[in-house]
Amino acid sequence: MTRKRIVLTVLHRLAVLAYVAFALFPLFWLLKVSVTPTSLLYTEGIRLWPSQASLEHYRFVLTHSSFPTFFLNSTIVSGATAVIVTIVASLAGYAMSRFVFRGKYWIVGLLLLTQMFPLVMLIAPMFKMLSPLGLTNSLTGLVIVYVAFNVPFATFLMQSFFDGIPKDLEDAAMIDGATRFTAFRQIVLPLTLPGIAATLGFVFTAAWSELLFALMLISGNQATTFPVGLLSFVSKFSVDFGQMMAAGVLALIPACLFFLLIQRYLVQGLTAGAVKG
Amino acid sequence: MASITIQSITKTFGTVPVLNDIDLSIADGEFVVLVGPSGCGKSTLLRMIAGLEDITAGEIRIDDRRINEVAPKDRDIAMVFQSYALYPHMTVADNMSYSLKLRKTAREKITDAIGAAAGKLGLDPLLERRPKALSGGQRQRVAMGRAIVRHPKAFLFDEPLSNLDARLREQMRAEIKRLHKSIGATSVYVTHDQIEAMTLADRIVAMHGGIIQQVGNPLDLYDRPANLFVAGFIGSPAMNFVEGHCRAGAIETDDGSKIAVPDGVHLKDGQAVTVGVRPEHVRIVAGPEAGSYAARVDLVEPTGFGTIVHVRLLGQDLKIYTLERGAAEVGQPLHIALDGARLHIFDRETTNRIG
Ligand SMILES: Nc1ncnc2c1ncn2[C@@H]1O[C@H](COP(=O)(O)OP(=O)(O)O)[C@@H](O)[C@H]1O
Ligand SMILES: [Mg+2]
Repeated sequence: MTRKRIVLTVLHRLAVLAYVAFALFPLFWLLKVSVTPTSLLYTEGIRLWPSQASLEHYRFVLTHSSFPTFFLNSTIVSGATAVIVTIVASLAGYAMSRFVFRGKYWIVGLLLLTQMFPLVMLIAPMFKMLSPLGLTNSLTGLVIVYVAFNVPFATFLMQSFFDGIPKDLEDAAMIDGATRFTAFRQIVLPLTLPGIAATLGFVFTAAWSELLFALMLISGNQATTFPVGLLSFVSKFSVDFGQMMAAGVLALIPACLFFLLIQRYLVQGLTAGAVKG
Repeated sequence: MASITIQSITKTFGTVPVLNDIDLSIADGEFVVLVGPSGCGKSTLLRMIAGLEDITAGEIRIDDRRINEVAPKDRDIAMVFQSYALYPHMTVADNMSYSLKLRKTAREKITDAIGAAAGKLGLDPLLERRPKALSGGQRQRVAMGRAIVRHPKAFLFDEPLSNLDARLREQMRAEIKRLHKSIGATSVYVTHDQIEAMTLADRIVAMHGGIIQQVGNPLDLYDRPANLFVAGFIGSPAMNFVEGHCRAGAIETDDGSKIAVPDGVHLKDGQAVTVGVRPEHVRIVAGPEAGSYAARVDLVEPTGFGTIVHVRLLGQDLKIYTLERGAAEVGQPLHIALDGARLHIFDRETTNRIG
């Protein structure tokens, strides 16, 4: 290696390091505040680590607040949304990728159109529609809304994954004796697992951190999701930062677990060797 | 084993016509090669036989059973794709057994069938590998193996050798021919390579622009091409063409030379014709003789076995294929004779063969 190359590599590494530090610092601060006793929060405000750490906030959040319920609600809503959206988007994305059908152009246009409006505009009409159906204040209602808003993008995402799988594979399977659906299930789907994992992850995170609809459609603790629950730490006169941060850290856990579960499928390259060489 | 009948088949994609009124009967056990330049509709026709493309008009029958509406899986045919289309998430053995498993074949039978096919193709040591761990040639073999395990009614091949290097292609070509001799199944083979067509086919179907140009055994197409397209497509190096008109019982080329009209060919005075002569039927002669032409060597291309000599003659670049080494050097004057019995005369208007 020449001197210049070494300098460049070092600079590159430093830049990456700086970016990682920048991106992770808020998370670190989250953790730091969550273990800082309330008495030290303001006196040691800018220290990187408090002189005395404690888990009191965690204890409080887990035992004296409704957060366990909020977590459960969030898990149910996000999990259900992710699964339903992924199933719908897989089927729709496959049709988009493989079939020519009447109105395809218009359907694509409509799907794109739904992505163009600020959500705030849609809250009132949504509420008006869901309320007579008894779907406000219910997890089911939230799941329906989340599914509706996530399906278009997820469909495009899945379509791009299907586009990457050679049509010859299904043709071969159908000649081998499979119906189109069998070919889809046994040949195409296994090869799309990375795409499915990515879609699941994307939708799960989107639903997990959604605040606007959850705030507007839900009132009353029994159906509150965690992002809304966080707001309960903000009172008129003060914000209980310690407990809020502790809840935030806890909220990261399911998302991390979820990605741990699917990361195996996120690796690309499963289709290598399908065609040519 | 089966015969395939293709009757008045037409295919359009949207409004674009791709195949026009195709008629073809393929006998039981026959090896038919569809050959033609890229884009002429060969794959489309093959995929219609397979059931992968809808039939716009016409009828396809396998053993007298109309299959227009029959799903691919119920046609009992096997196909080898240009891309091989091996299932990447399955081992070689699973790739080969997939069709048998779908048909709920008993496990012992599957094992036997795979053993037999793997033996025929030398795949035994590869059975547990995934496609991505195979070389191009090995993948090609697996694709063949997947087709033969099932003993289908017919084999369809869509340019199965196009992705191999020249040496491997030659080897697999011979192997496919041997395989066909031993299995004897009806086969339809698509290629754009006329050598593959010539060497493999019982019968060649030459296609161009969605229309069948000529059907016949390989030597028929070589000896008596039905039109200018087939004449130019079959044979390598390609046939020479000289344009001229019939004048006073001879063909007068555009540069004023004369070519004698072969025996048994009747031309109208003034008729516009194209004379075709294969490079291997142009002779270099020692000196001027009756009907010979003087020319000057333009370019010499040795091919090892023979030599392609280019001369300027009759107003154009004429190729001569000779087995004699050192017969010509660039710039050297030559005398050339055309083999009268082996001239091909085509009507320039219709492009069809006159004689
Ligand atoms: N799915 C399709 N949609 C529209 N046009 C197509 C489609 N498939 C093939 N074609 C057209 O049909 C013609 C014949 O194609 P093909 O049968 O693949 O030719 P070949 O195999 O002889 O090279 C080409 O001009 C091609 O562009
Ligand atoms: Mg083709």
